[in-house]
Amino acid sequence: MKTWLKLTAIALLFYVHIAGLLFDVPRLNILNETIRALYFHVPMWFGMVLLFLISFINAIRYLGKPSPEMDRKVVAYANVGLVFGILGILTGMLWANYTWGSPWHGDPKQNGAAIALLVYLAYFVLRGSLDNEEQRARLSAVYNIFAFAAMIPLIFIIPRMTSSMHPGSGGNPGFNMYDLDSSMRLIFYPAVIGWFLIGLWIASLRIRIKTIEEKILELEDGKSA
Amino acid sequence: MISGIGLYLFSLIFICYLTFSLRKNSINEATWSALFWLAILFSVINSVAKSFIGEKRGTFIYYYSITSPQVIIISKIIYNGILCLVLSLAGYGLFSIFIDNPVQDKLLFITTLLLTSFGFSASLSLISGIASKANNSNILMAVLSFPVILSILLMAIKITKNVLDGLDRSTSYDELLNLLAINCILTSLAYMLFPYIWRS
Repeated sequence: MKTWLKLTAIALLFYVHIAGLLFDVPRLNILNETIRALYFHVPMWFGMVLLFLISFINAIRYLGKPSPEMDRKVVAYANVGLVFGILGILTGMLWANYTWGSPWHGDPKQNGAAIALLVYLAYFVLRGSLDNEEQRARLSAVYNIFAFAAMIPLIFIIPRMTSSMHPGSGGNPGFNMYDLDSSMRLIFYPAVIGWFLIGLWIASLRIRIKTIEEKILELEDGKSA
Repeated sequence: MISGIGLYLFSLIFICYLTFSLRKNSINEATWSALFWLAILFSVINSVAKSFIGEKRGTFIYYYSITSPQVIIISKIIYNGILCLVLSLAGYGLFSIFIDNPVQDKLLFITTLLLTSFGFSASLSLISGIASKANNSNILMAVLSFPVILSILLMAIKITKNVLDGLDRSTSYDELLNLLAINCILTSLAYMLFPYIWRS
């Protein structure tokens, strides 16, 4: 990753943390100060979906032209996406504890998110139970594509069809309510970009570590032979 | 194998019947729906899992030599779809004999069963193909298939609720359409992705 992108990510997140905690926010019933969760919770989901999307695209590219490097990319992006998803669930639970009264409320969005995480956990279980490297890469790429497609209705369609207490649906105050007050956008969009860049950065580091590990293994094999 | 699955379904439902017959009228709509979908889900996963997991190595090589992978997956999906449909209809019949039949709009319910059967069959056939390559394939089958078929199941449960409550048919059109769309996506993906599994 380019150095200026890393610096941008750091600068954006510094700005988001300071501005997100200190700046003025619209006063809304029930939400009150917890509205600041928008800056920290929602970017997690944006990051997760984007990272899973990159993983999905890489899985398609892997099937088109198999190579170990591409497989490493698929895994790394799925891995970081999963971490983002877990953080998203945790921050959401924290927020729900204060606004809904309990961390797990059985809201359709919560359930959908939990199932989406299960999909990717299953993906890693699948990878763990295949020994042959080439086969593992190919079968898990197939599952990755299939699972991503199955996940789309879970997080984008079903929560919109059912009534939900989540902000932004069922008449509850959500993002579009702030159209009048666009000051929140000034912090929200940098937060999304910043966290996404951090995700890319972690993934690129993981890919490099994996590549170096493979190289070391190869060298050791060469020595012993 | 089919008789085994049939017996499995029968035992499941009979156990439900024995448990609930201890107290009369203790089963309400929500319980009926939960029991019904649990019984169907378990028997369907068990039956479709066999489509690749149980087969011998020689059979695969034979199939590989006579046809293309696309033909195999499509035929597996059709066969498993019919199998699932028969199982769900049998399950529905047994439920209405032993436990109760609170379904008000029968045509809509049977359409739902038809759609879910083909959705289950498309996703489970592909996943069975993936799981058959791994070591502990039976456990893996359950782990991999559960999150994928949940979206189908959620839709089906929603329609079942509408049907049990006796709501008008038009309230369930959204869900039916969604189910159909999910089916199309899953079937076409299974069709496109299966050749990559088959190669090994």
